Amino acid sequence: MQTIVAYVENKPGVLNRVASLARRLAINIDSLTVGPTENEEIARMTICAHTDERGALRLEASLEKLVDVLLAENISDRSVLERDLALIKVAADQQNRPHLMELIKVFRGRVVDVAPESLIVEVSGTVDKIDGLLEVLRPYGVLEMTRTGRIAMTRGNDILRPPAEATGAAVKSPAA
Amino acid sequence: MKLTGAEILCETLTRLGVRHIFGYPGGAILPVYDALGKSKLHHILVRHEQGATHMADGYARATGGVGVALATSGPGATNMVTGIATAMLDSSPVVCITGQVSSKLLGSDAFQEVDITGITMPITKYNVVVSRAEDIARTVREAFLIANSGRPGPVLVDITKDAQQATADFDWDACAPKLPPKRVRKNHDQVEFDRAVELLNSAKRPVILSGRGIILSGAMPVFEKFVHTSNIPVAMTLLGIGCFPAQDPMNLGMMGMHGEAWVNTAIQEADLLIAVGMRFDDRVTGDLRTYARNARKIHIEVDRSEINKNVKVDAAIVGDAGETLASLLPHIHTRDHNAWLSHIKELKGDSAVRDIQSLPDSGHLFAAHVINDLWKATKGNAIVVTDVGQHQMWEAQYYHHNEPRTLITSGGLGTMGFALPAAIGAKFAKPDAEVWVVVGDGGFQMTSCELATIVQEKININIAIINNGYLGMVRQWQEFFYDKRYVATPLVAPDFAALANAHGIRGEQVTTRKEVVPAIESARQSDQAVLLDFRVEQEDSVYPMVPAGASLHEMIRRPNNPLVETATEP
Repeated sequence: MQTIVAYVENKPGVLNRVASLARRLAINIDSLTVGPTENEEIARMTICAHTDERGALRLEASLEKLVDVLLAENISDRSVLERDLALIKVAADQQNRPHLMELIKVFRGRVVDVAPESLIVEVSGTVDKIDGLLEVLRPYGVLEMTRTGRIAMTRGNDILRPPAEATGAAVKSPAA
Repeated sequence: MKLTGAEILCETLTRLGVRHIFGYPGGAILPVYDALGKSKLHHILVRHEQGATHMADGYARATGGVGVALATSGPGATNMVTGIATAMLDSSPVVCITGQVSSKLLGSDAFQEVDITGITMPITKYNVVVSRAEDIARTVREAFLIANSGRPGPVLVDITKDAQQATADFDWDACAPKLPPKRVRKNHDQVEFDRAVELLNSAKRPVILSGRGIILSGAMPVFEKFVHTSNIPVAMTLLGIGCFPAQDPMNLGMMGMHGEAWVNTAIQEADLLIAVGMRFDDRVTGDLRTYARNARKIHIEVDRSEINKNVKVDAAIVGDAGETLASLLPHIHTRDHNAWLSHIKELKGDSAVRDIQSLPDSGHLFAAHVINDLWKATKGNAIVVTDVGQHQMWEAQYYHHNEPRTLITSGGLGTMGFALPAAIGAKFAKPDAEVWVVVGDGGFQMTSCELATIVQEKININIAIINNGYLGMVRQWQEFFYDKRYVATPLVAPDFAALANAHGIRGEQVTTRKEVVPAIESARQSDQAVLLDFRVEQEDSVYPMVPAGASLHEMIRRPNNPLVETATEP
């Protein structure tokens, strides 16, 4: 699994270009999250893809060729904090509810909705952690689940910022 | 100044230096045509929109400037797809402008509506829909900038009909291109650079692999200096032909599937390959597992995504070919490679069958003769535009180009039907140049409708059809790899000379060797287009040949006795 962070223009069609590129390179995207940044004209993507280092290198370099992609960087081998958020609706009755809530606490999940025959857990963390919680909830009956896919950020002084100034004028024109 | 969107488009194109537009009208682009009529732009009416894109492509390849094609929505736009992909694969700066249904109809399956930006997304460098008149000027200026910067490529601008009709303020200064603020990567990686210098200064059997990137960069002078300073022989890709003079003794010729044996053998025996502005295409490398196993590799390339894509390299310098070669030059020692150079000369030995034209006339007409005679007659100074197939490879082997942009050919996509329209584009770009179309009987029939364009525009280009009655290259593969089962390759064609005559173009059939030069000369003397239908040997093959997927040294060589195999009755 390889993780690439990209800053892109926040406008229609860009997601399509990024997804289309991965398809063209025959790279399977495991998760792709996109959201605005503090600059509303720029969005940030976290792309997790089933590929090797060489595939990630190609994806990264090809992404950066897209006019609307400002920066793309493979952060797979860096010190990275990553988070996935899940909402899980589990079958729960009066009898097993207390036991379920104990389990959820162990995984640092939160019960955000309780109904007579079910409850909804909110849990965030690494993919492994959420997979782990799912594993123990499954015997009770997972009725519905949704996950956001990973977002990732490099730790400490390793800071990825979008480029600040327009560079259009600096592009060399080969025309004689 | 208030103008309509259509007028803004014409004014913007004019200010960008455009003089010629290749296109075909239709409902969704009519406002632009109305404005074109009032502008100074010269519109060339094509017979099929594929032709318009190839013409714009040929125009761009002949000059290095941007070529412009224009079409209506729907089928007009989809007919451009092959031409756009052709330009994409060969990094050609083409701007395609298409009409689109009015913005309020978008997505409604309106008459002649098609999502052309969706369709062309993977085959354009960039594409965009414009639905407001006030965005047209800036978008078109950005399209030109994107098309012809970095690694060039096609850009499509899809303009809705209401945007063409609406009025907006036109202020040239206010609509300067505003591209997204991209990260500027530091191209000069000192570690890679130093390693490249060290490899260059210690190699014993080096070969330079040169490609179209050198031509696109305009790096021919510095490249020539680099070659002579480093004293390293040069092999070239098909699209690299012309980046280094054919007559220079350091020029080995074309490499790859139909490269000469000594070129491919030299590459396989080399201890260092210096790739400049080329991308290790499979037609150049053959089987990657056995490709130049003993060679270290340096890759100089403007497009970072090409590095380590097909061939893992030891030193990569991302950057413009000319700038990179210039920065390397002061560090290069001139070394004595005499042993290596004379070894390559020995490899040439008997396989240099370049003198095919001096073989006695056996009563048979061979394509190689025709092309070699064309080379001699034009003194190598013509712009030759080829199609795809056997004749294309023979051209690369037997027409020797000393200047860049004098061979125009579809390499990456291998688009049959490219030659005739691309040559029309090249002629508009270089009106004083002698332009020859070299095309097979198959490819010619794909776009021969553009003969009418030649007549309507009264342009003088000459057409040499290498007519062997087969889809020759496919037939050759069937001969070698499918036991001569010629399925769907025998080809019936019209009488091309009569077809030309029907268009008002002089056509002539050439069937014997002795008629070749007089026919070429009379076409050259004519101030109008001439079509020559060369009836060549039917089952001739291009040698040498590296079968697809085979190692580069596993060539099917020219038959031992070319006099027997190539020039007389078997």
